[in-house]
Amino acid sequence: MDPLALTLIELGAVVFCLGLLARLAGRIGMSPIPLYLLGGLFFGAGGIVKLEGMHEFAHLSSEIGVILLLLMLGLEYTAAELVTGLRRSWQAGVLDLVLNFLPGALLAVVLGWGIVGAMVMGGVTYISSSGIAAKVITDLGRIGNRETPVVLSILVFEDLAMAIYLPILTATLAGVSFIVGLQTVGISLAVVTVVLLVALRHGHHVSKAVHSENSEVFLLNLLGAALLVAGLASALQVSAAVGAFMLGIAISGATAHSATRILEPLRDLFAAIFFVVFGLNTDPSTIPPVLGWALLLAFVTAVTKMITGFWAAKQAGIGRAGRFRAGAALIARGEFSIVIAGLAVASGVVPQELAAMATAYVLIMAVTGPLAARFVEPVVAMLRRPAKPPAVRTADGV
Amino acid sequence: MNVDETDLPGLGRRKDFMTASGRRIGVVEYREGQTELIVSTWDDPDTCQASIPLTADEAAALGNLLGGQRLAMQLSEAHREVPGIVTRQFSIGPDSPYRNQPMGKARIRTRSGASIVAIMREGEVLPSPGPDAVLQRGDLLVAVGTQEGLDTAAGILRNG
Repeated sequence: MDPLALTLIELGAVVFCLGLLARLAGRIGMSPIPLYLLGGLFFGAGGIVKLEGMHEFAHLSSEIGVILLLLMLGLEYTAAELVTGLRRSWQAGVLDLVLNFLPGALLAVVLGWGIVGAMVMGGVTYISSSGIAAKVITDLGRIGNRETPVVLSILVFEDLAMAIYLPILTATLAGVSFIVGLQTVGISLAVVTVVLLVALRHGHHVSKAVHSENSEVFLLNLLGAALLVAGLASALQVSAAVGAFMLGIAISGATAHSATRILEPLRDLFAAIFFVVFGLNTDPSTIPPVLGWALLLAFVTAVTKMITGFWAAKQAGIGRAGRFRAGAALIARGEFSIVIAGLAVASGVVPQELAAMATAYVLIMAVTGPLAARFVEPVVAMLRRPAKPPAVRTADGV
Repeated sequence: MNVDETDLPGLGRRKDFMTASGRRIGVVEYREGQTELIVSTWDDPDTCQASIPLTADEAAALGNLLGGQRLAMQLSEAHREVPGIVTRQFSIGPDSPYRNQPMGKARIRTRSGASIVAIMREGEVLPSPGPDAVLQRGDLLVAVGTQEGLDTAAGILRNG
Protein backbone atom coordinates (compact mmCIF):
# COMPACT_ATOMS: atom_id res chain seq x y z
CA MET A 1 0.00 0.00 0.00
CA ASP A 2 1.03 3.59 -0.56
CA PRO A 3 2.86 4.64 2.63
CA LEU A 4 0.86 7.89 2.87
CA ALA A 5 -2.42 6.00 2.59
CA LEU A 6 -1.27 3.56 5.27
CA THR A 7 -0.25 6.39 7.59
CA LEU A 8 -3.57 8.16 7.14
CA ILE A 9 -5.58 4.99 7.70
CA GLU A 10 -3.65 4.05 10.82
CA LEU A 11 -3.75 7.55 12.22
CA GLY A 12 -7.43 7.93 11.48
CA ALA A 13 -8.26 4.60 13.07
CA VAL A 14 -6.23 5.42 16.18
CA VAL A 15 -7.71 8.91 16.65
CA PHE A 16 -11.20 7.56 16.02
CA CYS A 17 -10.68 4.85 18.64
CA LEU A 18 -9.39 7.48 21.05
CA GLY A 19 -12.63 9.35 20.51
CA LEU A 20 -14.63 6.22 21.36
CA LEU A 21 -12.52 5.67 24.48
CA ALA A 22 -12.93 9.28 25.57
CA ARG A 23 -16.68 8.95 25.15
CA LEU A 24 -16.71 5.74 27.19
CA ALA A 25 -14.65 7.47 29.89
CA GLY A 26 -17.09 10.37 29.95
CA ARG A 27 -20.04 8.00 30.18
CA ILE A 28 -18.70 6.22 33.26
CA GLY A 29 -17.31 9.46 34.67
CA MET A 30 -13.61 8.62 34.76
CA SER A 31 -10.43 10.14 33.37
CA PRO A 32 -9.72 8.99 29.79
CA ILE A 33 -5.96 8.69 30.44
CA PRO A 34 -6.00 5.05 31.65
CA LEU A 35 -8.12 4.07 28.66
CA TYR A 36 -5.71 5.77 26.24
CA LEU A 37 -2.83 3.88 27.85
CA LEU A 38 -4.72 0.57 27.66
CA GLY A 39 -5.58 1.25 24.03
CA GLY A 40 -1.90 1.83 23.31
CA LEU A 41 -0.91 -1.38 25.11
CA PHE A 42 -3.23 -3.46 22.95
CA PHE A 43 -1.41 -2.37 19.81
CA GLY A 44 2.22 -1.61 19.00
CA ALA A 45 5.13 -3.32 20.70
CA GLY A 46 3.97 -6.80 21.75
CA GLY A 47 0.39 -5.97 20.81
CA ILE A 48 -1.96 -7.14 18.07
CA VAL A 49 -1.01 -4.76 15.24
CA LYS A 50 2.34 -2.99 14.96
CA LEU A 51 1.12 0.33 13.45
CA GLU A 52 4.47 1.06 11.73
CA GLY A 53 3.05 3.56 9.26
CA MET A 54 2.20 6.31 11.71
CA HIS A 55 5.38 5.94 13.69
CA GLU A 56 7.06 9.16 12.57
CA PHE A 57 4.02 11.38 12.93
CA ALA A 58 3.06 9.78 16.23
CA HIS A 59 6.52 10.33 17.64
CA LEU A 60 6.54 14.05 16.80
CA SER A 61 2.92 14.45 17.92
CA SER A 62 3.61 12.94 21.28
CA GLU A 63 6.53 15.39 21.75
CA ILE A 64 4.13 18.23 20.94
CA GLY A 65 1.64 16.65 23.35
CA VAL A 66 4.17 16.90 26.18
CA ILE A 67 4.98 20.50 25.27
CA LEU A 68 1.29 21.43 25.26
CA LEU A 69 0.62 19.60 28.55
CA LEU A 70 3.41 21.54 30.23
CA LEU A 71 2.50 24.83 28.58
CA MET A 72 -1.05 24.50 29.89
CA LEU A 73 0.24 23.52 33.33
CA GLY A 74 2.20 26.78 33.34
CA LEU A 75 -0.84 28.72 32.15
CA GLU A 76 -3.07 27.26 34.85
CA TYR A 77 -1.82 29.46 37.67
CA THR A 78 -0.73 33.08 37.54
CA ALA A 79 2.69 34.02 38.87
CA ALA A 80 1.00 35.77 41.80
CA GLU A 81 -0.94 32.61 42.66
CA LEU A 82 2.27 30.60 42.50
CA VAL A 83 4.05 32.97 44.86
CA THR A 84 1.22 33.18 47.42
CA GLY A 85 0.71 29.42 47.11
CA LEU A 86 4.38 28.86 47.84
CA ARG A 87 4.30 31.19 50.82
CA ARG A 88 1.14 29.71 52.29
CA SER A 89 1.60 26.02 51.70
CA TRP A 90 5.33 25.34 51.65
CA GLN A 91 5.17 23.14 54.74
CA ALA A 92 2.45 20.94 53.29
CA GLY A 93 4.31 21.05 49.96
CA VAL A 94 7.55 19.80 51.51
CA LEU A 95 5.71 17.05 53.40
CA ASP A 96 4.04 16.09 50.13
CA LEU A 97 7.39 15.94 48.35
CA VAL A 98 9.10 13.85 51.03
CA LEU A 99 6.23 11.42 51.64
CA ASN A 100 5.43 10.79 47.99
CA PHE A 101 8.84 10.97 46.34
CA LEU A 102 10.47 8.47 48.69
CA PRO A 103 8.24 5.39 48.04
CA GLY A 104 8.85 5.51 44.29
CA ALA A 105 12.54 6.21 44.69
CA LEU A 106 12.99 3.43 47.29
CA LEU A 107 11.22 0.88 45.11
CA ALA A 108 13.46 1.79 42.18
CA VAL A 109 16.52 1.22 44.36
CA VAL A 110 15.13 -2.12 45.61
CA LEU A 111 14.53 -3.23 42.03
CA GLY A 112 18.08 -2.25 41.11
CA TRP A 113 17.27 0.61 38.76
CA GLY A 114 19.94 2.81 40.27
CA ILE A 115 19.97 6.51 41.10
CA VAL A 116 18.53 7.50 37.72
CA GLY A 117 15.64 5.07 38.12
CA ALA A 118 15.05 6.40 41.64
CA MET A 119 14.92 10.00 40.35
CA VAL A 120 12.36 8.98 37.74
CA MET A 121 10.13 6.78 39.91
CA GLY A 122 10.17 9.36 42.72
CA GLY A 123 8.83 11.92 40.30
CA VAL A 124 6.21 9.49 39.00
CA THR A 125 4.81 8.83 42.47
CA TYR A 126 5.20 12.43 43.69
CA ILE A 127 3.18 14.40 41.20
CA SER A 128 -0.61 14.33 41.57
CA SER A 129 -2.70 14.77 38.48
CA SER A 130 -3.92 18.35 38.70
CA GLY A 131 -6.21 17.62 35.75
CA ILE A 132 -7.96 14.71 37.46
CA ALA A 133 -8.02 16.47 40.85
CA ALA A 134 -9.62 19.61 39.39
CA LYS A 135 -12.20 17.54 37.52
CA VAL A 136 -13.06 15.50 40.61
CA ILE A 137 -13.46 18.63 42.74
CA THR A 138 -15.72 20.23 40.12
CA ASP A 139 -17.76 17.09 39.41
CA LEU A 140 -18.41 16.41 43.08
CA GLY A 141 -19.47 20.02 43.68
CA ARG A 142 -16.66 20.67 46.12
CA ILE A 143 -15.38 23.98 44.77
CA GLY A 144 -17.04 25.89 47.59
CA ASN A 145 -15.73 23.49 50.22
CA ARG A 146 -13.33 24.78 52.79
CA GLU A 147 -10.66 22.17 52.14
CA THR A 148 -10.52 22.95 48.41
CA PRO A 149 -8.04 25.88 48.66
CA VAL A 150 -5.78 23.57 50.67
CA VAL A 151 -5.85 20.95 47.91
CA LEU A 152 -5.33 23.57 45.22
CA SER A 153 -2.37 25.15 46.95
CA ILE A 154 -0.66 21.77 47.27
CA LEU A 155 -1.19 21.33 43.52
CA VAL A 156 0.32 24.80 43.00
CA PHE A 157 3.35 23.78 45.01
CA GLU A 158 3.77 20.61 42.95
CA ASP A 159 3.57 22.79 39.88
CA LEU A 160 6.54 24.82 41.03
CA ALA A 161 8.40 21.72 42.17
CA MET A 162 8.06 20.37 38.61
CA ALA A 163 9.83 23.47 37.31
CA ILE A 164 12.87 22.57 39.37
CA TYR A 165 12.55 18.79 39.11
CA LEU A 166 12.31 18.51 35.33
CA PRO A 167 15.67 20.18 34.54
CA ILE A 168 17.36 18.03 37.22
CA LEU A 169 15.74 14.95 35.72
CA THR A 170 16.90 15.91 32.23
CA ALA A 171 20.44 16.42 33.51
CA THR A 172 20.39 13.08 35.34
CA LEU A 173 19.05 11.28 32.29
CA ALA A 174 21.75 12.86 30.13
CA GLY A 175 24.25 11.26 32.53
CA VAL A 176 26.14 14.42 33.43
CA SER A 177 28.60 14.50 36.32
CA PHE A 178 27.68 15.62 39.82
CA ILE A 179 29.24 19.09 39.38
CA VAL A 180 27.47 19.68 36.07
CA GLY A 181 24.30 18.39 37.70
CA LEU A 182 24.65 20.94 40.50
CA GLN A 183 25.18 23.65 37.89
CA THR A 184 22.00 22.58 36.12
CA VAL A 185 20.09 22.78 39.39
CA GLY A 186 21.54 26.23 40.04
CA ILE A 187 20.70 27.40 36.55
CA SER A 188 17.17 26.02 36.69
CA LEU A 189 16.54 27.64 40.10
CA ALA A 190 17.81 30.94 38.71
CA VAL A 191 15.67 30.58 35.58
CA VAL A 192 12.54 29.79 37.64
CA THR A 193 13.18 32.84 39.84
CA VAL A 194 13.81 35.12 36.86
CA VAL A 195 10.73 33.86 35.02
CA LEU A 196 8.58 34.36 38.13
CA LEU A 197 9.93 37.88 38.64
CA VAL A 198 9.45 38.74 34.98
CA ALA A 199 5.94 37.30 35.06
CA LEU A 200 5.09 39.27 38.21
CA ARG A 201 6.49 42.60 37.00
CA HIS A 202 6.43 42.38 33.21
CA GLY A 203 4.03 39.52 32.56
CA HIS A 204 1.85 41.83 30.50
CA HIS A 205 4.72 42.42 28.03
CA VAL A 206 5.10 38.71 27.40
CA SER A 207 1.33 38.39 27.18
CA LYS A 208 1.14 41.34 24.78
CA ALA A 209 3.74 39.77 22.52
CA VAL A 210 1.59 36.72 21.87
CA HIS A 211 -1.89 38.15 22.41
CA SER A 212 -4.28 38.97 19.62
CA GLU A 213 -8.01 39.55 19.42
CA ASN A 214 -8.06 37.37 16.33
CA SER A 215 -8.19 33.79 17.59
CA GLU A 216 -6.36 32.46 14.53
CA VAL A 217 -3.44 34.85 15.00
CA PHE A 218 -3.43 34.17 18.73
CA LEU A 219 -3.32 30.40 18.26
CA LEU A 220 -0.48 30.59 15.74
CA ASN A 221 1.47 33.02 17.95
CA LEU A 222 1.03 30.81 21.00
CA LEU A 223 1.91 27.56 19.30
CA GLY A 224 4.84 29.12 17.47
CA ALA A 225 6.21 30.67 20.66
CA ALA A 226 5.76 27.42 22.61
CA LEU A 227 7.55 25.29 20.01
CA LEU A 228 10.32 27.89 19.60
CA VAL A 229 10.96 28.16 23.33
CA ALA A 230 10.74 24.38 23.74
CA GLY A 231 13.18 23.86 20.88
CA LEU A 232 15.63 26.43 22.24
CA ALA A 233 15.41 24.89 25.72
CA SER A 234 16.07 21.51 24.20
CA ALA A 235 19.11 22.86 22.32
CA LEU A 236 20.44 24.24 25.62
CA GLN A 237 20.11 20.74 27.19
CA VAL A 238 17.21 21.90 29.38
CA SER A 239 14.18 19.79 28.62
CA ALA A 240 11.81 21.07 25.92
CA ALA A 241 8.94 20.56 28.34
CA VAL A 242 10.50 22.93 30.87
CA GLY A 243 10.80 25.67 28.27
CA ALA A 244 7.12 25.40 27.41
CA PHE A 245 6.25 25.35 31.10
CA MET A 246 8.21 28.56 31.75
CA LEU A 247 6.51 30.25 28.83
CA GLY A 248 3.18 29.25 30.34
CA ILE A 249 4.10 30.86 33.66
CA ALA A 250 5.31 34.03 31.95
CA ILE A 251 2.01 34.49 30.11
CA SER A 252 -0.42 35.92 32.64
CA GLY A 253 -3.78 37.47 33.33
CA ALA A 254 -6.56 37.55 30.78
CA THR A 255 -4.21 36.37 28.02
CA ALA A 256 -3.52 33.20 30.00
CA HIS A 257 -7.24 32.46 30.35
CA SER A 258 -7.98 32.88 26.69
CA ALA A 259 -4.82 30.94 25.82
CA THR A 260 -6.09 28.04 27.93
CA ARG A 261 -9.41 28.09 26.12
CA ILE A 262 -7.87 28.24 22.68
CA LEU A 263 -5.24 25.56 23.30
CA GLU A 264 -7.49 23.05 25.04
CA PRO A 265 -8.65 21.15 21.93
CA LEU A 266 -5.09 20.96 20.58
CA ARG A 267 -3.80 19.78 23.93
CA ASP A 268 -6.52 17.13 24.11
CA LEU A 269 -5.57 15.77 20.69
CA PHE A 270 -1.80 15.76 21.07
CA ALA A 271 -1.84 14.63 24.70
CA ALA A 272 -4.12 11.72 23.74
CA ILE A 273 -1.63 10.73 21.05
CA PHE A 274 1.17 11.05 23.60
CA PHE A 275 -0.55 8.64 26.00
CA VAL A 276 -1.36 6.17 23.28
CA VAL A 277 2.21 6.28 21.94
CA PHE A 278 3.51 5.65 25.45
CA GLY A 279 1.24 2.61 25.56
CA LEU A 280 2.28 1.55 22.06
CA ASN A 281 5.96 1.58 23.05
CA THR A 282 5.28 -0.46 26.16
CA ASP A 283 5.21 -4.22 25.68
CA PRO A 284 2.15 -5.51 27.59
CA SER A 285 3.98 -8.74 28.41
CA THR A 286 6.35 -6.71 30.64
CA ILE A 287 3.49 -5.57 32.87
CA PRO A 288 2.44 -8.77 34.74
CA PRO A 289 5.92 -9.25 36.32
CA VAL A 290 5.82 -5.75 37.85
CA LEU A 291 2.10 -5.69 38.67
CA GLY A 292 2.56 -6.83 42.26
CA TRP A 293 5.10 -4.09 42.94
CA ALA A 294 2.89 -1.55 41.18
CA LEU A 295 -0.06 -2.50 43.41
CA LEU A 296 2.07 -2.21 46.53
CA LEU A 297 3.41 1.16 45.35
CA ALA A 298 -0.10 2.32 44.55
CA PHE A 299 -1.32 1.37 48.01
CA VAL A 300 1.60 3.03 49.81
CA THR A 301 1.44 6.25 47.80
CA ALA A 302 -2.35 6.46 48.16
CA VAL A 303 -1.81 6.38 51.92
CA THR A 304 1.01 8.95 51.78
CA LYS A 305 -1.09 11.39 49.70
CA MET A 306 -3.92 10.83 52.16
CA ILE A 307 -1.60 11.74 55.03
CA THR A 308 -0.39 14.83 53.14
CA GLY A 309 -3.91 16.13 52.49
CA PHE A 310 -5.10 15.19 55.97
CA TRP A 311 -2.23 17.04 57.63
CA ALA A 312 -2.49 20.12 55.41
CA ALA A 313 -6.25 20.38 55.98
CA LYS A 314 -5.77 19.94 59.71
CA GLN A 315 -3.27 22.80 59.72
CA ALA A 316 -5.91 24.93 58.00
CA GLY A 317 -8.40 24.16 60.79
CA ILE A 318 -10.67 21.93 58.76
CA GLY A 319 -12.83 19.22 60.33
CA ARG A 320 -12.31 15.47 60.14
CA ALA A 321 -14.42 14.75 57.09
CA GLY A 322 -12.81 17.63 55.20
CA ARG A 323 -9.32 16.33 56.02
CA PHE A 324 -10.13 12.96 54.49
CA ARG A 325 -11.66 14.64 51.44
CA ALA A 326 -8.51 16.73 50.97
CA GLY A 327 -6.31 13.65 51.15
CA ALA A 328 -8.41 11.63 48.74
CA ALA A 329 -8.56 14.45 46.19
CA LEU A 330 -4.77 14.30 45.85
CA ILE A 331 -4.45 10.53 45.28
CA ALA A 332 -4.90 10.50 41.50
CA ARG A 333 -1.72 10.40 39.40
CA GLY A 334 -1.94 10.80 35.69
CA GLU A 335 -0.58 12.91 32.87
CA PHE A 336 2.60 14.20 34.53
CA SER A 337 3.66 10.82 35.87
CA ILE A 338 3.51 9.57 32.29
CA VAL A 339 5.36 12.67 31.06
CA ILE A 340 8.19 11.94 33.51
CA ALA A 341 8.30 8.24 32.62
CA GLY A 342 8.13 9.19 28.93
CA LEU A 343 11.18 11.48 29.22
CA ALA A 344 13.06 8.67 30.96
CA VAL A 345 12.12 5.99 28.45
CA ALA A 346 12.98 8.26 25.51
CA SER A 347 16.48 8.80 26.90
CA GLY A 348 17.03 5.04 26.87
CA VAL A 349 19.03 4.94 30.11
CA VAL A 350 16.33 3.29 32.22
CA PRO A 351 15.26 -0.36 31.95
CA GLN A 352 12.11 -1.29 29.99
CA GLU A 353 10.44 -2.47 33.21
CA LEU A 354 10.29 1.14 34.34
CA ALA A 355 7.89 1.98 31.52
CA ALA A 356 5.80 -1.05 32.46
CA MET A 357 5.83 -0.06 36.11
CA ALA A 358 4.85 3.54 35.36
CA THR A 359 2.06 2.39 33.04
CA ALA A 360 0.65 -0.07 35.57
CA TYR A 361 0.99 2.46 38.38
CA VAL A 362 -0.78 5.27 36.52
CA LEU A 363 -3.49 2.86 35.33
CA ILE A 364 -4.21 1.97 38.95
CA MET A 365 -3.94 5.50 40.34
CA ALA A 366 -5.92 7.28 37.61
CA VAL A 367 -8.81 4.89 38.23
CA THR A 368 -8.68 4.61 42.03
CA GLY A 369 -7.96 8.31 42.65
CA PRO A 370 -11.37 9.63 41.56
CA LEU A 371 -13.10 6.63 43.16
CA ALA A 372 -11.35 7.31 46.45
CA ALA A 373 -12.34 10.98 46.27
CA ARG A 374 -15.97 10.04 45.66
CA PHE A 375 -16.30 7.35 48.32
CA VAL A 376 -14.08 8.70 51.07
CA GLU A 377 -16.94 10.64 52.62
CA PRO A 378 -19.52 7.85 53.03
CA VAL A 379 -16.78 5.47 54.18
CA VAL A 380 -15.54 7.89 56.83
CA ALA A 381 -19.11 8.58 57.94
CA MET A 382 -19.79 4.84 58.19
CA LEU A 383 -16.65 4.19 60.20
CA ARG A 384 -17.44 7.03 62.52
CA ARG A 385 -21.04 6.20 63.35
CA PRO A 386 -20.50 3.12 65.55
CA ALA A 387 -17.98 5.05 67.63
CA LYS A 388 -20.46 7.81 68.48
CA PRO A 389 -24.00 6.45 68.63
CA PRO A 390 -26.66 9.17 68.94
CA ALA A 391 -27.90 7.76 72.26
CA VAL A 392 -24.57 8.44 73.92
CA ARG A 393 -24.50 11.97 72.54
CA THR A 394 -27.93 12.65 74.01
CA ALA A 395 -26.86 11.20 77.34
CA ASP A 396 -23.86 13.52 77.35
CA GLY A 397 -26.20 16.39 76.76
CA VAL A 398 -24.37 17.36 73.57
CA MET B 1 -19.93 41.14 59.39
CA ASN B 2 -16.69 39.28 58.70
CA VAL B 3 -16.57 38.04 55.12
CA ASP B 4 -13.68 35.66 54.40
CA GLU B 5 -12.03 35.95 51.01
CA THR B 6 -10.02 32.95 49.86
CA ASP B 7 -8.09 32.50 46.62
CA LEU B 8 -8.84 29.37 44.65
CA PRO B 9 -5.70 29.09 42.49
CA GLY B 10 -6.59 28.33 38.90
CA LEU B 11 -10.33 28.80 39.52
CA GLY B 12 -11.15 32.14 41.09
CA ARG B 13 -12.11 33.44 44.52
CA ARG B 14 -14.43 32.35 47.30
CA LYS B 15 -16.17 34.89 49.53
CA ASP B 16 -18.19 33.54 52.42
CA PHE B 17 -19.13 33.98 56.04
CA MET B 18 -20.53 31.94 58.90
CA THR B 19 -24.16 32.58 59.78
CA ALA B 20 -25.38 32.71 63.38
CA SER B 21 -27.05 29.34 62.80
CA GLY B 22 -23.64 27.77 62.10
CA ARG B 23 -23.85 27.43 58.33
CA ARG B 24 -21.41 28.89 55.88
CA ILE B 25 -22.90 30.88 53.04
CA GLY B 26 -21.28 32.84 50.26
CA VAL B 27 -20.30 32.98 46.62
CA VAL B 28 -17.57 31.57 44.40
CA GLU B 29 -16.48 34.01 41.72
CA TYR B 30 -14.85 32.22 38.82
CA ARG B 31 -12.03 33.73 36.79
CA GLU B 32 -14.21 33.45 33.70
CA GLY B 33 -16.85 35.62 35.38
CA GLN B 34 -19.53 33.17 36.53
CA THR B 35 -20.90 33.37 40.06
CA GLU B 36 -21.99 30.48 42.20
CA LEU B 37 -24.01 30.68 45.40
CA ILE B 38 -22.73 28.22 47.99
CA VAL B 39 -24.42 26.98 51.15
CA SER B 40 -22.82 24.54 53.57
CA THR B 41 -24.58 21.52 55.04
CA TRP B 42 -25.88 21.82 58.58
CA ASP B 43 -23.57 19.21 60.10
CA ASP B 44 -20.27 20.06 58.37
CA PRO B 45 -19.50 23.72 57.65
CA ASP B 46 -16.52 22.62 55.51
CA THR B 47 -18.68 21.03 52.86
CA CYS B 48 -21.29 22.39 50.45
CA GLN B 49 -24.87 21.27 50.32
CA ALA B 50 -25.58 23.38 47.27
CA SER B 51 -23.56 25.27 44.70
CA ILE B 52 -25.98 27.15 42.53
CA PRO B 53 -24.72 28.84 39.35
CA LEU B 54 -26.26 32.32 39.00
CA THR B 55 -26.34 34.56 35.94
CA ALA B 56 -25.52 38.24 36.49
CA ASP B 57 -29.27 39.07 36.42
CA GLU B 58 -30.12 36.36 38.89
CA ALA B 59 -27.36 37.38 41.28
CA ALA B 60 -28.60 41.00 41.12
CA ALA B 61 -32.20 39.90 41.69
CA LEU B 62 -31.18 37.83 44.71
CA GLY B 63 -29.18 40.75 46.05
CA ASN B 64 -32.27 42.96 45.68
CA LEU B 65 -34.48 40.50 47.50
CA LEU B 66 -32.11 40.19 50.44
CA GLY B 67 -31.12 43.86 50.52
CA GLY B 68 -34.74 44.95 50.08
CA GLN B 69 -35.76 42.82 53.02
CA ARG B 70 -33.20 44.55 55.19
CA LEU B 71 -34.26 48.01 54.04
CA ALA B 72 -37.93 47.17 54.58
CA MET B 73 -37.14 45.90 58.07
CA GLN B 74 -35.27 49.09 58.92
CA LEU B 75 -38.13 51.21 57.60
CA SER B 76 -40.74 49.21 59.52
CA GLU B 77 -38.63 49.70 62.61
CA ALA B 78 -38.52 53.44 61.98
CA HIS B 79 -42.28 53.67 61.40
CA ARG B 80 -43.32 51.51 64.32
CA GLU B 81 -44.25 54.60 66.32
CA VAL B 82 -46.75 55.68 63.66
CA PRO B 83 -49.78 53.40 63.73
CA GLY B 84 -51.26 52.50 60.35
CA ILE B 85 -48.06 53.06 58.38
CA VAL B 86 -46.72 49.97 56.63
CA THR B 87 -43.68 49.23 54.43
CA ARG B 88 -44.01 47.02 51.40
CA GLN B 89 -41.93 46.04 48.35
CA PHE B 90 -43.11 45.92 44.75
CA SER B 91 -41.16 44.37 41.93
CA ILE B 92 -41.37 45.63 38.35
CA GLY B 93 -42.34 42.62 36.26
CA PRO B 94 -41.72 42.15 32.53
CA ASP B 95 -45.30 43.24 31.69
CA SER B 96 -45.62 46.23 34.02
CA PRO B 97 -46.95 49.21 32.02
CA TYR B 98 -44.38 51.50 33.69
CA ARG B 99 -41.37 49.41 32.71
CA ASN B 100 -38.81 51.72 31.02
CA GLN B 101 -41.00 54.72 31.99
CA PRO B 102 -40.10 57.55 34.37
CA MET B 103 -41.66 56.86 37.74
CA GLY B 104 -43.46 60.23 37.76
CA LYS B 105 -45.75 58.95 35.01
CA ALA B 106 -47.43 56.52 37.41
CA ARG B 107 -48.36 59.40 39.79
CA ILE B 108 -48.36 56.92 42.66
CA ARG B 109 -48.33 59.42 45.52
CA THR B 110 -51.17 61.45 44.00
CA ARG B 111 -53.32 58.42 43.27
CA SER B 112 -52.62 56.19 46.32
CA GLY B 113 -51.01 58.35 48.98
CA ALA B 114 -48.13 55.87 49.24
CA SER B 115 -44.50 57.06 48.79
CA ILE B 116 -41.75 55.21 47.00
CA VAL B 117 -38.80 55.74 49.34
CA ALA B 118 -36.17 53.66 47.53
CA ILE B 119 -35.47 51.58 44.45
CA MET B 120 -33.30 48.47 44.75
CA ARG B 121 -31.49 47.77 41.55
CA GLU B 122 -28.70 45.20 40.98
CA GLY B 123 -27.92 45.10 44.66
CA GLU B 124 -27.69 48.91 44.92
CA VAL B 125 -30.09 51.20 46.76
CA LEU B 126 -31.31 54.36 45.00
CA PRO B 127 -32.73 56.37 47.89
CA SER B 128 -35.63 58.87 47.46
CA PRO B 129 -36.04 58.42 43.72
CA GLY B 130 -37.44 61.48 41.92
CA PRO B 131 -40.21 61.48 39.32
CA ASP B 132 -37.55 61.24 36.56
CA ALA B 133 -36.18 57.90 37.79
CA VAL B 134 -36.78 55.36 35.01
CA LEU B 135 -38.18 52.05 36.25
CA GLN B 136 -36.55 48.91 34.92
CA ARG B 137 -37.50 45.30 34.84
CA GLY B 138 -36.32 43.57 38.02
CA ASP B 139 -36.36 46.78 40.10
CA LEU B 140 -37.66 46.42 43.62
CA LEU B 141 -39.60 49.47 44.84
CA VAL B 142 -39.77 50.05 48.58
CA ALA B 143 -43.00 51.89 49.43
CA VAL B 144 -44.37 53.36 52.64
CA GLY B 145 -48.04 54.14 53.20
CA THR B 146 -51.31 52.90 54.64
CA GLN B 147 -52.51 49.37 53.97
CA GLU B 148 -55.16 50.55 51.44
CA GLY B 149 -52.79 53.06 49.80
CA LEU B 150 -50.23 50.31 49.21
CA ASP B 151 -52.88 48.02 47.72
CA THR B 152 -53.81 50.79 45.30
CA ALA B 153 -50.14 51.41 44.46
CA ALA B 154 -49.64 47.71 43.75
CA GLY B 155 -52.60 47.79 41.37
CA ILE B 156 -51.23 50.89 39.58
CA LEU B 157 -47.80 49.32 39.06
CA ARG B 158 -49.29 46.07 37.83
CA ASN B 159 -52.15 47.26 35.65
CA GLY B 160 -51.57 50.97 35.02
